[in-house]
Amino acid sequence: MLLLLVAHLLMALAAPLLVSVLHRRAFWVMALAPASAAAYALAHTPQVMAGDFPTESVAWVPSLGLELAFRLDTLSWFMLLLVGGVGALVLVYCSAYFSRTAAGLRRFGAVLTAFAGTMVGLVTADDLLLLFVFWELTTVFSYLLISHYADRKASRRAAMQAIVVTTAGGLAMLVGLVILGEAAGTYRLSDVVAHPPEGGAVPVAVALLLVGAATKSALIPFHFWLPAAMAAPTPVSAYLHAAAMVKAGVYLVARFAPAYAELPVWQVMVITLGTGTMLLGGYRALRQHDLKLVLAFGTVSQLGLIILLVGLGTRGAALAGLAMIGAHAMFKAALFLVVGIVDAATGTRDLRRLTGVGRRLPVTATAAALATLSMMGFPPFAGYVAKEAALESLVHGAEDGWVDQVVLWAFVVGSVLTVAYSLRFWWGAFASKGPATERGAATDRRTGSGDVEHPVDPGEVERPSVLLVGPPAILALLGLAAALLPHLGEAILGPYAETYPEGEPGHLTLWGGFGLPVVLTLGVYVVGALLFWARERVERFQARAPHVVEADVVYRRTMRRLDEIAADVTAATQRGSLPFYLGAILVVMVIGPGIAGLAGWRGELEVKLWDRPAQMVVVVAIAVATILATRARRRLKAVLLVGAAGYGNAALFLLHGAPDLAMTQVLVETVTLAVMVLVLRRLPPYFSDRPLAVSRYVRLGIGVAVGVVMMGFAIVAPLARTALPVSIDFPSEADEFGGGKNVVNVTLVDIRAWDTVGEISVLLVAATGVASLVFLRRRSGEIPRLRATEDLSTRQPKVWSGTPDPGGALRTRGTGAREGASPAMRPWLRAESTLAPQRRSVIFEVVTRLVFHSMIVFALYLLFSGHNSPGGGFAAGLLVGIALLVRYLAGGRYELGEAAPVHPGLLLGTGLFLSAGVGLLALLAGGEVLQSVILDLHVPVLGEVHLVTSLFFDIGVFLLVIGLVLDILRSLGGELDRQAEITDGDLDTGPESELEALDPTVIGGERP
Amino acid sequence: MTPSLAIVLAIGVLFATGVYLLLERSLTRVLIGFILIGNGANLLFLVAGGRAGGAPIVGLTPVGEMSDPLVQAMVLTAIVITLGLTAFVLAMAYRSWQLHGHDEVQDDLEDRRVARIAATNEPAYDDSDAADNTSLDDEASTVRDETSRLGEDDRRHRDGKDHPKDHGTQPGRSGTTSGGDPS
Repeated sequence: MLLLLVAHLLMALAAPLLVSVLHRRAFWVMALAPASAAAYALAHTPQVMAGDFPTESVAWVPSLGLELAFRLDTLSWFMLLLVGGVGALVLVYCSAYFSRTAAGLRRFGAVLTAFAGTMVGLVTADDLLLLFVFWELTTVFSYLLISHYADRKASRRAAMQAIVVTTAGGLAMLVGLVILGEAAGTYRLSDVVAHPPEGGAVPVAVALLLVGAATKSALIPFHFWLPAAMAAPTPVSAYLHAAAMVKAGVYLVARFAPAYAELPVWQVMVITLGTGTMLLGGYRALRQHDLKLVLAFGTVSQLGLIILLVGLGTRGAALAGLAMIGAHAMFKAALFLVVGIVDAATGTRDLRRLTGVGRRLPVTATAAALATLSMMGFPPFAGYVAKEAALESLVHGAEDGWVDQVVLWAFVVGSVLTVAYSLRFWWGAFASKGPATERGAATDRRTGSGDVEHPVDPGEVERPSVLLVGPPAILALLGLAAALLPHLGEAILGPYAETYPEGEPGHLTLWGGFGLPVVLTLGVYVVGALLFWARERVERFQARAPHVVEADVVYRRTMRRLDEIAADVTAATQRGSLPFYLGAILVVMVIGPGIAGLAGWRGELEVKLWDRPAQMVVVVAIAVATILATRARRRLKAVLLVGAAGYGNAALFLLHGAPDLAMTQVLVETVTLAVMVLVLRRLPPYFSDRPLAVSRYVRLGIGVAVGVVMMGFAIVAPLARTALPVSIDFPSEADEFGGGKNVVNVTLVDIRAWDTVGEISVLLVAATGVASLVFLRRRSGEIPRLRATEDLSTRQPKVWSGTPDPGGALRTRGTGAREGASPAMRPWLRAESTLAPQRRSVIFEVVTRLVFHSMIVFALYLLFSGHNSPGGGFAAGLLVGIALLVRYLAGGRYELGEAAPVHPGLLLGTGLFLSAGVGLLALLAGGEVLQSVILDLHVPVLGEVHLVTSLFFDIGVFLLVIGLVLDILRSLGGELDRQAEITDGDLDTGPESELEALDPTVIGGERP
Repeated sequence: MTPSLAIVLAIGVLFATGVYLLLERSLTRVLIGFILIGNGANLLFLVAGGRAGGAPIVGLTPVGEMSDPLVQAMVLTAIVITLGLTAFVLAMAYRSWQLHGHDEVQDDLEDRRVARIAATNEPAYDDSDAADNTSLDDEASTVRDETSRLGEDDRRHRDGKDHPKDHGTQPGRSGTTSGGDPS
């Protein structure tokens, strides 16, 4: 059975290709898949009849107890035969049904074949959860098939409605299956049915199962999706909505009936839903004008009947129900296919417009007649055999009580309605409806209007191909053949009916002897024929009848209400306010872990005042700075105070015994301060004025609460330690394997190098983000070089010229600061001539010139010595960054371009490659990724060189950090300057203005 | 392993002031708050790692007196990452200023729209598929398949009988739930 599934899967995957190559003939190949399922079932007939049911089982998710378990018992065998047989015939029919130019056949073929596969899985699955998986898969494929014409609103709506209804039922069923499985202690379907769990939540589970079955099999009040699903292509209606998918609910009921048919909840639900659906469907079918809708409501009615029979719990009714499943699959699929033929031949399905079709399509009409007679329950057809068995069993059971009486009479009324709509169907499709209607036909086809007044012209009806007529004819004839061998059917299906708990075993026969059933049957024919004869009065009566609330209207209102509730919930929780979200998160943190910590606290409080007295001094300074920062209204003031607090942190690190941290913190704090000041130049000097609100005290309260909770953590965490620190062996490992004495640095580049790789990747992303937020169009612009300004030498230098120039009046042409740039004298900084004169500071330029190279050298020292003393790639990179920052501050963006004439992206990429890539080299040497190797080389001049390969890792970090700082400087420094010079109205056109930034679409950010 | 009150105090102050600023709307203040919280978290790490000691450098400090190097390595990268984050938020603040003339975090427009709709009980989204009240059964009866009868005849039927408005004449209306784009 697993093999069958695989075959269907492969066929579905190959279907698009097949359609591309073979076009419509590809459906013949696809038909092989369901045909193989039917052949498999037939081949195992003797085995199944002998009660030796084939099983297969493959472990799937053992931890969940999920198995791919399959079992072919009598019921599964029967369903498999139907699903495979009808599926193959429908696929053959498709090959002639669709036009050569029809769109979407690749997808259609694939989905239909896949659907056939999931039906095979559904009826043979022997695991509750596996059953559910296939159940939902059929829902999904059904959705895709109903919405085949996705460009049509009717198809989309119908598909959406079908999937919502059936999925809702499927979820209810899942809950029921899980309850059952847990109660039984096994998810093996056959075991659960053989030893059904009782009591507790089991009745609820059974009710949920029936809800699932009701949605799938279109029982009231969920029946409305099935008629709407007639928007699907007709072969889909024939297969999914007559023979296969809607039978899944029937299958479920038949599967669990032997175990639970006697539960009161089962009896109530099955009888109510079954009889109600049967009567409602039949009644509604009488007023439809579309042939497919007549059949659809007929299907609803028949499904109610079948559910009633297989769910009633008596053996006789069960046997009749099983026979009815087979009979219905054959005649209803045949009739749908016939409607497809009529539709294709005439261009309409409206029975008011069809006339004289029977004379033009005699073979089709005959096949339809055979199937219709079976549907009416006329001898000698399968429908008759099944109905007689049902009537026999119900009459027999009706002696027991009023409920059974009601069921019997509901069955009789339902049969009357069935006879009436069956006759109406065949008459509507094939009968000649008088010469008056035929005359008007000729005009109709020319104008193409779909008007009801204009019937089709039988003269234009075309003969369908044998591929179209064949499948329904075969199905109709099978309905006859099966009825002629009733004992065979009884022999095959009887054993399953025997598993039902009570009642006399039923019999399938063409003549059961004279009695009440025969009288009832004859009565049904007569009343049904009368109802058909009075069809116009019935229609008028139905139109006039008081309008009860229809289920689909209720459904639509429910969906609307659901949307409203969703909007209300969203409005209540999704406030869209960042402070609200953050506040909520923080309050939860205070309440959750805070209270948990308080609850677990046993009252011990063990703190010392300080490790070193100096700590307290620093802490007081930090506290003052931060509190002042919160009160500051000037941005610059706040930033400077926070910077001061940061330096305080560095001091605390140093006092704690972490010189590396202290150094990094100082360097980072410096860069941060500078970067903030660079950006704050462009922002308003004061924070926006916000009125003093209550919210401020709320924020204060949350802040204090979080602070207190974190203090609690800080006290509890060190005391709560029970295990030895991971780092206990780090010092010896660092010295021995890492080849370095600075344990922190070795930890970064060796022991926990993977962490570092991740962290520097974050830096790369952040740098890229900064650049793209500022440069907008490219990752970063051109590197501003002096060369680009050479032809500007006669013009006014304009970098940072946006400020007032109080000394400008004193400078006369040819004197002043610009004199310093004369060729006779080497400038202190190469790009100093690009600066606006009022922004130059000679002292700064000189100092920069003096310290820059020293800083670079010191940074290199930190880099190479970092393995053994405080320093390393991070600190060294930051120091180079600060050196570049100084160059930028003294000489503007051209100076920065001259100092670092490389793209920051290049530095970032190279750095990451060195760090991560060199780590891979260790693989070549047979080590692990990022393992370091110590090389002791003897170099002639330098003497002994102690080289650790993790140095290259550190160089990568170094380059990456430089790239980060450079990116920040070029974006938030240079590019901001350039944009400011342009927007401030200094429209000195030159090559560097590029005018790109002038474009309001860039500055304003609004894309055209 | 007893923690020192001084550092605990610093942690408390940094977190309290940081959170206070973090809940503001001005991006600059949010950023400052984040930096303060970051500093507090770094100190918390350090305290959790154990008592103060000598620099973890072999040869300089006896192994028994070293401060914990693992937390230091973690905090070190955290410090540098805070720099990256600072630059990123600053770039965002600048961009916000460029676009809106201020750097304040506004409420989400789409969320506000949903709240307004919920208050007035309007349909939450414009679903053109579900708007009209015609019965789906009736609609289903108007759908015809692309059958094999005369190719051009098919076309005529399909185009003639189907509601013309279904054929995508309302582009972009099917998924109007995302209407929050301010432009």
